[in-house]
Amino acid sequence: MRDAESGFRLNEASLVKQAFAEQLKLLSLSFPALLLVGFIVLAPIAWLSWLSFVDADGFTLANYERLLNPSYGLTLSTTFQLAFLVTAICVLLGYPLAYIAAQLSAGAARIMLLCVLFPFWTSLLVRTYAWLVLLQKRGQINTWLQDWGFTDAPLRLVYNFTGTAIGMVHIMLPFMILPLYAAMKSIDENYMRAAANLGASPTQAFWQIHVPLSLPGLGAGVMVVFVLSLGFYVTPDLLGGGRVMMWSMQIERSLSVYSDWGAASALGVVLLVITLAMLWLFSRLTGVVGAAAGGK
Amino acid sequence: MKIRSRGVSLVVALALTALTTEAYAEQTLTIASWGGAYQDAQREAWFNVVAKELGITIKEDTTSGIADVRTQVASGKPTWDLVQQGNYSCAILDKEGLVEPLSDAIQNMEGFKPSMKGKGWISNLVYANVIAWNDKTYPDQKPQTWADFFDTKKFPGSRSMRRSPVYDLEAALLADGVPMDKLYPLDADRAFAKLKTLQDDVAVWWSSGAQSAQVMQDGEVDMSSVWNGRAETIAKAGAPVSITFNQQMLLTDCWVVPKGAPHKDLAMKAIEIMSRPEVQARIALYINYGPANSKAFDTGVIPEETAKKLPSYPDNLAKGFILDANYWADHLDELTQRFDLFIQQ
Repeated sequence: MRDAESGFRLNEASLVKQAFAEQLKLLSLSFPALLLVGFIVLAPIAWLSWLSFVDADGFTLANYERLLNPSYGLTLSTTFQLAFLVTAICVLLGYPLAYIAAQLSAGAARIMLLCVLFPFWTSLLVRTYAWLVLLQKRGQINTWLQDWGFTDAPLRLVYNFTGTAIGMVHIMLPFMILPLYAAMKSIDENYMRAAANLGASPTQAFWQIHVPLSLPGLGAGVMVVFVLSLGFYVTPDLLGGGRVMMWSMQIERSLSVYSDWGAASALGVVLLVITLAMLWLFSRLTGVVGAAAGGK
Repeated sequence: MKIRSRGVSLVVALALTALTTEAYAEQTLTIASWGGAYQDAQREAWFNVVAKELGITIKEDTTSGIADVRTQVASGKPTWDLVQQGNYSCAILDKEGLVEPLSDAIQNMEGFKPSMKGKGWISNLVYANVIAWNDKTYPDQKPQTWADFFDTKKFPGSRSMRRSPVYDLEAALLADGVPMDKLYPLDADRAFAKLKTLQDDVAVWWSSGAQSAQVMQDGEVDMSSVWNGRAETIAKAGAPVSITFNQQMLLTDCWVVPKGAPHKDLAMKAIEIMSRPEVQARIALYINYGPANSKAFDTGVIPEETAKKLPSYPDNLAKGFILDANYWADHLDELTQRFDLFIQQ
């Protein structure tokens, strides 16, 4: 009996040892990757932040003082408005789509997801130009609208905020649908049946069971879409007609017009800090939401 | 004795090697320009002439603008001897002390207007920002001045302008009645006030030459403030687009020698050769740009038909004005910030 117990202990000790050895092995295996990430991500970010605080004479806040110009305030507000709007539209369009895909048979769902993914494989630039062709004054959509008598003069659908939002939603939609679909696919259908069995109407079951269970997917989708939208450059540049100024465009301008690394770095640092703050806030909020849902 | 003679021969051999590499180094000149069709034309028109006359090899590189020159000079060991830059970039670099002063031989060359050179830069080719319009939208009366460009009652339709204060402020002031020779220093308040009156009709603020051409070609805008070369290209491709040289804003690209360039004397000689009227003229044979040296038009190298389409052709030159590179070198930053605020409002 005692022998057996010590045998267990021995076994336990060797297990701990083995686990440790395995962790070490994993660490050593991932070390090159960590090193690489450290070099290509962390080091440049540190360098960037440092650049924004120094000039020829040493420490300076001049690069940040420059941001007090109201032009940057407007740009920041445009950037966030677009990111919020695009995220909201992606949720409204993506949620029903992911829901339907999750209900379909495996074969039909695959075709549907293929349709979602297909534009995803096309170059961003090509898709942006495609919208230009569709939306411009003599574009297809305006031609139809006029031919069918809906409008007399062509609508301004592009080279403004509207066109930019349309283009960005199209590009961002897959980032919303895929995590949503994955989350919905993992919801056990028996929960819905149990809800029905306990007297819930389909609407009640949907809002009280399905929606809370799909929240992790929704959270992931919202986060990805929102953060990617904040950093958008090409689409707003081409579809915005020059008047939709994004933060990333201000960064490019600081470099190409003023050739000022310090100013560009300061812009980068501000965007990074705001994005991290949003992510933190968001994870706190969804954490709260998740707990509340679990509590119900 | 034997050891010493061996030592001597070693020294001689080393000295010889040093000499030959020195001589070889003298023979290579590195030029950076904008690349593409532009640089191909420069090679045919100018670089080959320099290489032949000086008996040297020309190594080419490409630059994307002023930041490259700053980086090269900051490194302490620039690899470029001669760099092509856009008009006000040359003046900015000169003010920052990042370029070598040009030799007297270059400074004393005839045929260059005073506004086409500085202490450390000299223009080499000329293009222009002009008014272009769609002939389908305006079949009868054609816009001829910037006042017409700003007059949406007389010429209804959408406009396109560059997303930059450079050209736009000049255009606004001209439209507001400021004569061409009284533009600088620009009255920015007056210019922005005039620009405000057109803002709603500017459908696209273009940010690249390609974009300015595309919106004209697609009929997205009816009138545009564009580079003459871009308008000509789409007109050649069949778009109903015409331009006028009236009140054209002449722009030049120019040479600078980065401070501390390895072969700066050779670079000066190269600039000298490329600035001669007969060499200057050759550029018009290979691309839609005009020579900066006005004497080039007297050489007979450029066929009359081609010459008439160039912004720097004397008759055309007289209709416009030269953009003040020095003014923009001093005010680009400040006015760009103001412009960025303006277009977002």
